[in-house]
Amino acid sequence: MIRRFSFFNLTSVTLGFAFLYLPIVLLVIYSFNESRLVTVWGGWSTKWYGELFRNEALMDAAWVTLRVALLSATVATILGTLAAIALVRFGRFRGRTLFSGMIYAPLVMPDVITGLSLLLLFVAMGFARGFWTILLAHITFSTCFVAIVVQSRLVTFDRTLEEAALDLGCPPLKTFFLITLPIILPGVVAGWMLAFTLSLDDLVIASFVTGPGATTLPMRIYSQVRLGVTPEINAVCTILIGIVTVGVIAASIITKRQEVERRRAERMAMATP
Amino acid sequence: MADPLATVETKAPPAPARQGSGRWLVLIVPYLWLLIFFAAPFLIVFKISLSTAAMAIPPYTPVFDLAQGFVGLVRGIQEFAVDNYLWLVSDDLYIRAYLSSLWIAAISTFLTLLVAYPLAYGMARAPKGWQPTLVMLVILPFWTSFLIRVYSWIGILKKEGLLNQLLLYVGAIDQPLTILNTNWAVYIGIVYSYLPFMVLPLYAALERLDDTLLEAASDLGSPPSRAFWQITFPLSLPGVIAGCFLVFIPVTGEFVIPDLLGGTGTLMIGKTLWTEFFNNRDWPLASAVAVILLFLLIIPIVLFQNMEQKRAERER
Repeated sequence: MIRRFSFFNLTSVTLGFAFLYLPIVLLVIYSFNESRLVTVWGGWSTKWYGELFRNEALMDAAWVTLRVALLSATVATILGTLAAIALVRFGRFRGRTLFSGMIYAPLVMPDVITGLSLLLLFVAMGFARGFWTILLAHITFSTCFVAIVVQSRLVTFDRTLEEAALDLGCPPLKTFFLITLPIILPGVVAGWMLAFTLSLDDLVIASFVTGPGATTLPMRIYSQVRLGVTPEINAVCTILIGIVTVGVIAASIITKRQEVERRRAERMAMATP
Repeated sequence: MADPLATVETKAPPAPARQGSGRWLVLIVPYLWLLIFFAAPFLIVFKISLSTAAMAIPPYTPVFDLAQGFVGLVRGIQEFAVDNYLWLVSDDLYIRAYLSSLWIAAISTFLTLLVAYPLAYGMARAPKGWQPTLVMLVILPFWTSFLIRVYSWIGILKKEGLLNQLLLYVGAIDQPLTILNTNWAVYIGIVYSYLPFMVLPLYAALERLDDTLLEAASDLGSPPSRAFWQITFPLSLPGVIAGCFLVFIPVTGEFVIPDLLGGTGTLMIGKTLWTEFFNNRDWPLASAVAVILLFLLIIPIVLFQNMEQKRAERER
């Protein structure tokens, strides 16, 4: 059955997306505003972008954020993938309820609670607060998101492929890298990207666990936003939005292409006698 | 006929050990990590919430020193300072902040549902070829920074902001409206930021809906509105419930939105906790605030976990 958009459905989808995108579009447009007053249009200009790169505090914060995001996303992807495999493959083991509870709870846990509790842990353990404590905190909450994303890929996985490899004498670790990982890779990549953006985005948890010398970009943006809207902040936000948009679109195109490729390879394998 | 096959199978070399010790590392590594960095901190928050504030670094006197062994533990328990909790109960500022957080979270969850439902419904009934793109378009803003999305509303909602300029221009109002720094701005910010969390589970539920049910209803003479309330809405309830949990629980402890968009009159417990911690540097009191917030949210969190677990098991 070919469905057409009814008038009602078209209107609700259009209004919904207008609501979702208009504020972001306005923010991007006003980052190119010549005038310092953010609500008065003074003509097109890219001067705020130039100003941005001369703002050393902001650049430092961006560098800290980028390092934390890259490292935490990578470690969280490894931990999260392991957790997802344990959740999907290990059946009922002792402590499963606690384990899956610790995976699902962070998804809805208010940031202020997570941030405060992690800080008190770091103080109790006598950790020096700063870059490393932010990193540990980000790994912890990202792991859960990665686990959920990878888990949804693993449940649709055809286990007979793995069993075939094991039956043919392939050791379990090699089977994982040769068979399992390539198939769940789209989920793992999506998990990494989610972990990366969550880390890039986090203000509350980082504010709690940081120490002297480690200021992340959201913390810097927040302290400036409290003083009012400025075109520089619009420019930083526009750059961040640009990076994320390009990344997400590129990733979705690549995974789609790989999927098509894989289907073709499967068909070829089926066709050859 | 099956006999030769059976003998071949028994003669084949035994399958390699799949239950090696390495297998358990898969579980133990993330398990330990989460125990140390997610579960253990809650115990520490609880412990600190029972201590008293002090002018020191860290700014509290520990309740008990584990180095002192059992005697120290007993002495510590005798000295438990429940003062923080008594303080929270006696000062009605905190009680009002808790109640107002729950109230704001409830209203904004309902508003998010009202905005998200038509969008999810329209997406689920869109031509099939469009649907992946529409889902992608809902997820995309979720990838852009939360802080940025909240910030973008300041320029729109403030007194000389774009919304007031537009409304004055079309002549809908004579005086600019005060929206920023009121609870209305907080509602708008929450609905906007949490919309994808509501739309996606709703879409997932509505997309599975069997069209023939609606056709049958219309063949039997049911008007569309009645068919909606008797068929579509009840069948989408799992999505509604999942979406409401995903919005209500984090919003109750929300800090960024009430801080940036709300006014001095906006009482939310996340903001109170932040102030106690960063401005008043009262760590024990902030911990007590967190413990009570966690107790308030524990029931919805457990319900949410059970639901997700059941869903994951059904898919398996």
